[in-house]
Amino acid sequence: MDTAQEVTNTLTEPKKTTNVSGSVALLEGLIAEGTDTIFGYPGGAIMPIYDALYDYNDKLKHILVRHEQGATHAAQGYARTSGKVGVAFATSGPGATNLVTGLADAQIDSTPMVCITGQVFAHLLGTDAFQETDVINITTPVTKWNYQVTDASEIPAVLAKAFYIARSGRPGPVLIDITKNAQLQMFDYEGYTPCEHIRSYRPKPVVRKEYIEQAAAMINTAKKPFILFGQGVLLGSAEQEFKAFVEKSGIPAAWTIMGAGAIPTDHPLNVGMLGMHGNYGPNVQTNACDVLIAIGMRFDDRVTGRLDKYAKQAKVIHLDIDPAEIDKNVKADVPVWGDCKETLPLLTELIEEKKHTDWLAEFRAYDKIEQDTLIQKELNPTEGEMTMGEVIHQLNVLTKGEAVIVTDVGQHQMVACRYAKFNNSRSNITSGGLGTMGFGLPAAIGAKFGTPDKTVVAVIGDGGFQMTLQELGTIMQTEVNVKILILNNRFLGMVRQWQQLFHEKRYSFVNITSPDFVKLADSYYIAGKRIDERAQLTGALEEMLNHPGSFLLEVMVAQEHNVFPMVPQGMSVAEIRLK
Amino acid sequence: MSNSNEIELNGKQEFTITAYTENRIGILNRIAIIFSRRKINIESLNTSPSEIEHIHRFNILIHETEEVVRKLCRQIEKQVEVLKVYYNTNEDIIWQEMALYKVPTDTIAERAPVERLLREFGARAVVIRKDYTVFETTGHREETDKLIEVLQPYGLIEFVRSARVAIIKDSEGFNRKLREFERREPGEEVIENEFLDKEKNVFTM
Ligand SMILES: Cc1ncc(C[n+]2csc(CCOP(=O)(O)OP(=O)(O)O)c2C)c(N)n1
Repeated sequence: MDTAQEVTNTLTEPKKTTNVSGSVALLEGLIAEGTDTIFGYPGGAIMPIYDALYDYNDKLKHILVRHEQGATHAAQGYARTSGKVGVAFATSGPGATNLVTGLADAQIDSTPMVCITGQVFAHLLGTDAFQETDVINITTPVTKWNYQVTDASEIPAVLAKAFYIARSGRPGPVLIDITKNAQLQMFDYEGYTPCEHIRSYRPKPVVRKEYIEQAAAMINTAKKPFILFGQGVLLGSAEQEFKAFVEKSGIPAAWTIMGAGAIPTDHPLNVGMLGMHGNYGPNVQTNACDVLIAIGMRFDDRVTGRLDKYAKQAKVIHLDIDPAEIDKNVKADVPVWGDCKETLPLLTELIEEKKHTDWLAEFRAYDKIEQDTLIQKELNPTEGEMTMGEVIHQLNVLTKGEAVIVTDVGQHQMVACRYAKFNNSRSNITSGGLGTMGFGLPAAIGAKFGTPDKTVVAVIGDGGFQMTLQELGTIMQTEVNVKILILNNRFLGMVRQWQQLFHEKRYSFVNITSPDFVKLADSYYIAGKRIDERAQLTGALEEMLNHPGSFLLEVMVAQEHNVFPMVPQGMSVAEIRLK
Repeated sequence: MSNSNEIELNGKQEFTITAYTENRIGILNRIAIIFSRRKINIESLNTSPSEIEHIHRFNILIHETEEVVRKLCRQIEKQVEVLKVYYNTNEDIIWQEMALYKVPTDTIAERAPVERLLREFGARAVVIRKDYTVFETTGHREETDKLIEVLQPYGLIEFVRSARVAIIKDSEGFNRKLREFERREPGEEVIENEFLDKEKNVFTM
């Protein structure tokens, strides 16, 4: 075989090298890592890389965004739908500082991303040179790892490390800052070797059998066990293992918004969404269960509400790949360290097959209350202004739960997460941890590149849309097919809701005016439509979905509509309000 | 005696965190951020190469509850370039701080029972010049503090104390594992910016 020959060759002959620039080595490395799409924006300090990119047109697709923040969100959207590492390029100084929001968002939502920034020449470092900023120090708190390259020969190994760190263990964003001399410098390139190990880095903790056994024993004796699942299931590609665990155990399971879609919304054991605007049943039952099994979720304060009144009656089993998450917010009785793709099957093996029929019925009873007092009216109103809920509901009916829904941040986000159906994993793309307005439009562009065969619908508020609407230019230029659904309530809705409920309706600077979005889209050669009557809704949604390219649909919805249920801040999850 | 071993009402006490890290530019910053973003004050911090080449050892002294310290250590250990983190109470460790005292030579020579002082405090004269003399002691905070008091009347000019260095009593330490790590996969040299001094000889726009 060839391989045997190669082995002997490497032993006897010096390694074959080619003389290449740092920039070429970088691009070769990206290709070796399976990168096919890069989101970026050029500038002086990254020009050598862009110059090299000119010759890689056939292998690397570069998407020119309109702002570097857009590049990071697009890379996130790409990573979240494809499961691959998102890649973004930016120049030094202002280019690099524009990445910070996206890095912070990716860091808190554990999204694998590698950002490459250009930097001034190494001899100018620390001199306040033109467009020099201390990118490494600025991005340290918002990256899983970062590194400044000053010598081209470092590039292959550093890039390999970057990809390994970004995607392994608990994934996250990594930034490599490359000085311009290193991009230009020629060196003897030995080819690219992926990184599989770093001595000071343990991506996965060792699975401890005794904890699995304790967890199984606890689950087997539980009368009212309850599963909370988060993005860890998706990040570990453990959807199958998770489904097997849920189905064998017969335990009701509820999701955080980052875990949506790990099992289909309509799965009989899926009991709904957790958190501040989650469903009634799962929130109340958190304080009624006897064993709480948290899987790949981190007890965010938006999920737990008041911590000292959170699930105090329950024994807690916490499965997480990141040991630092265990006991961080909620004390675990049994910590199950490890990748849930490995731990779940071990656990499933040890648990008894059960049906918690009565316990499940309690959830369904709460469902009924929520349906009758709230959801019914929200999704099927017959008079008055349109609700966000009915728009999402109609969208659902038409897309049959198969679309990828990308949301921005605000009321529409909560409504979309609550009412959209997710038949597939990786189909709810939202800014969960950072809550970044402006995320939606660029993330949807990236999401479409990440999963070209799916319909991608961006659901965005009139406020958030105006934060990154320049990315319409990216849509125009790349002709990417993204459906943009603006739910316009002429308010910064979520803030207005809080002002109404907690600040005596003192509407301080939440009244936002908008341009004619349809005309705006038109100026970018994107088709569009605005509707303000219920009768037009289904037709307009159909028109949007059937349109061959991108389409912007603006739906005028009720101005002062609130998202309920709601766990008011500082309250316990059991004190969730239905109105 | 020291009261620093005692757990106060709020559950806080002194903890010494020992972290082994790769010798990498920026790791101090990553570790420091873990404290500063939680508004936790570092009482003293020492970092230096360990007995193993390429591996650095941090000693960080903080005054906190054990629960907070445990969480901090997990966050530190999570950093890519951190190999291992321990935390210990004062009972678990042997620790020392070093102090230097600068006093005017004439007054100290004329007026102080220098020999007695030195003996009593286990101090050592490091430098004796015409204008000043520098003494050194090592010990716990209270011990090095005492000599300040005594020297004050003789015109103490300057005083400096090092961060705490500590060795864990229990355990065989991390040494064997570290050596094993270093044997199997030697650490990398930190690449220094070789261009920094070369100015325009390298490249210009
Ligand atoms: C960058 C950023 N700035 C401010 C906020 C605070 N914030 C959260 S929701 C919200 C209102 C969003 O309004 P809109 O985009 O119109 O969506 P709606 O809530 O009306 O659906 C604001 C201002 C944020 N999350 N992100």
